[in-house]
Amino acid sequence: MSWQRKILRVDLTAGTVTPEPLNMEWAMAYLGSRGLGTKYFVEEVGPGVDPLSPANKLIFATGPLTGTMASTGGRYTVITKGALTGAIACSNSGGYWGAELKMAGWDMIIFEGRSPKPVYLLVRDGEVSLEDGADIWGTTVWHTEEHLKTKHQDPLMRVSSIGRSAEQGCLYSAVVNDLHRAAGRSGVGTVMASKNLKAIAVRGTKGVGDIRDPKAFFAATKAGKKVLADNAVTGQGLPTYGTQVLMNVINEIGALPTRNHKDVQFEGARDISAEAMREKRPTDGKANLVTNQACFGCTIACGRISQLDNGHYTVENRPQYWGASGGLEYEAAWALGAANGVNDLEALTFANFICNEDGFDPISFGATVGAVMELYEMGVLTKEQIGIEAPFGSARALTFLAEKTATGEGFGKEMGLGSKRLCEKYGHPELSMSVKGQEFPAYDSRGIQGMGLTYATSNRGACHLRSYTVASEVLGIPIKTDPLATDGKAGLVKAFQDATAVFDSAGICLFTSFAWSLVDVAPQLQAACEGDWSLENLNVVGERIWNMERMFNNAAGFTAKDDTLPKRLTTEPAKTGPAKGLVNGLAKMLPEYYAERGWTADGIPTPETRARLGL
Amino acid sequence: MMNSLHIDASKCTGCLQCEMACSYENHGIFATSKSRIKVFEFHSTGRKVPYTCTQCAEAWCMHACPVGAIHEDKATGAKVVNETTCVGCKVCTIACPFGTINYVADTGKVQKCDLCGGNPACAEACPTGAITFVDASWTGLDRMRSWAEKLDTTVKTA
Repeated sequence: MSWQRKILRVDLTAGTVTPEPLNMEWAMAYLGSRGLGTKYFVEEVGPGVDPLSPANKLIFATGPLTGTMASTGGRYTVITKGALTGAIACSNSGGYWGAELKMAGWDMIIFEGRSPKPVYLLVRDGEVSLEDGADIWGTTVWHTEEHLKTKHQDPLMRVSSIGRSAEQGCLYSAVVNDLHRAAGRSGVGTVMASKNLKAIAVRGTKGVGDIRDPKAFFAATKAGKKVLADNAVTGQGLPTYGTQVLMNVINEIGALPTRNHKDVQFEGARDISAEAMREKRPTDGKANLVTNQACFGCTIACGRISQLDNGHYTVENRPQYWGASGGLEYEAAWALGAANGVNDLEALTFANFICNEDGFDPISFGATVGAVMELYEMGVLTKEQIGIEAPFGSARALTFLAEKTATGEGFGKEMGLGSKRLCEKYGHPELSMSVKGQEFPAYDSRGIQGMGLTYATSNRGACHLRSYTVASEVLGIPIKTDPLATDGKAGLVKAFQDATAVFDSAGICLFTSFAWSLVDVAPQLQAACEGDWSLENLNVVGERIWNMERMFNNAAGFTAKDDTLPKRLTTEPAKTGPAKGLVNGLAKMLPEYYAERGWTADGIPTPETRARLGL
Repeated sequence: MMNSLHIDASKCTGCLQCEMACSYENHGIFATSKSRIKVFEFHSTGRKVPYTCTQCAEAWCMHACPVGAIHEDKATGAKVVNETTCVGCKVCTIACPFGTINYVADTGKVQKCDLCGGNPACAEACPTGAITFVDASWTGLDRMRSWAEKLDTTVKTA
């Protein structure tokens, strides 16, 4: 077994902390992290719950491979009903915090209720207590981590916290750990703020042991690491360029959403690409990229550490931003850049720092800036309302809005609504590039058709991390499919969705799946854990998790009508590139997908499907 | 021939595979807190630096120990703690200028790197070559080679 078999239940209303045994029957059916945490959530929380009410719960869950030597085994998941979406939310993060929690002896923490005053949870192995958070409430993520390490005189402590944006009600606030790794999407940080919970500080010295078959485990994890090292994407592309390796690739195939999805190619893509991050700046002779960095246990190391040009307008005379910190990943570079037509790499990096410092999702934030810029160009929003002139391409508007969103001041409060509520408020709901209230990431579904179905059916609203068919449609992993065709995409999306649920639930990083399939994961799990973790069973577990999430959303009021795309993507053809003239073919793919899933024409799992999956 | 651990911090990504390998080798558990090698991350510069005992030829810890609990393994050159003899007085932790020998509260003894008897688990686990186990007399070889490569030895003609 590599579960710790223990969870913490924290009643914030009563101020109590209670250890419980992990439900091993559920672990056998839902594995861990995303799957097992969601099982606890749907069993304990009614689907109609208001996300920001005390009745909502917030679960931090590790997986069976978290805190082991399996490559990338450092992940954890935050599960709740999303503040942004009202759907099941499940945001995954790396860094070191998840492994620290597991090494402290806990598989999971369940927070319930609402504290009467700001608090943080202090976990030192089995000693767990709620502490007064008055000193850190109203401060940033970066300040909170430094303050707690100093206060407890423990530089080895790992901290996960929320920033000021969450406290101010920004609906896409994140939970940030280790300064710049985040459970970023769906507003899980906003839910944490609603509970008056500022941070979770963890020090774990017990470790993770009781590997079922250590010899087989070392053999399987070593073989897995070799596959990652030998693969062109995980062995070379990601460590050298990060996920930003995609910027020029996606632009060339005409799937880089630009200026709120008005265009599918960005003339400034090169300026904000991985290649640009590595070039010496003419201003100070240094490159934006300082180094790459791994999360806990990761042998890929795709993370970016960047340093700003001290003379750039964003940080002139602000030395607190001169040091190196978490740099641009592809999704953030797209959302802060192409989505708004901004090609100033330093401005994007600064906005990304602010997203980390005050804990909000750069994807939803950047996409909301895109919508605001379109409304500004239409004359619906004015300079007086926004506080700055905000045409597409304005780096100054981008960084101005980032700082306002961080603190919730002025127009920052409106920004925190997210694009769906903001566009509705100003009379143009059609301009929100979102599904189920959550903004699109960096792939235009006119140029990559499968991603349209991915977004429309994602259980947490528009998201690329629920079925990354880009791997197949663009990179040819595991097999190349035509990005412009809809044929066969229903089955492809289902297969990716189910497999992804297993990767997320094991406690490893989804990026391993550029090189690994479940064939590589199964022996690692089987050697570490008791139970049946054969390929056959893992396929069923993944499908079970997907259907469980879907059934929660259905019960929460989501129907087939919500499996949709903004009409811009289904009625306005791409203007340039390989997809020129195409719209997304969702109407054809969706019924095929429901059939593949064993769901009714209304998108409801049939009794036969539920029985087959034990739901 | 004797080998020693060689650390090239510029190759370290901060993955902590070395710390897990060390704790598993010595404690049978994945616990970075029990590791004898530590990776330090310097956030404002982005640097990650693995650090552990360099096995001093004249080891302060060994000379300071009042009960003779630290001896040299002649085969590997490692200075090794005999847990049976160690009384947990911590004098060695004060004597070591580098901080690489530390008291373990759980056992009441000190621990330090012992080179795993000649096959260090950290070097084996390191995915980037930041930690290697090389000829103790030639730890500078890679750096010499990189400078040598820069020398211009082409024949200049007029």
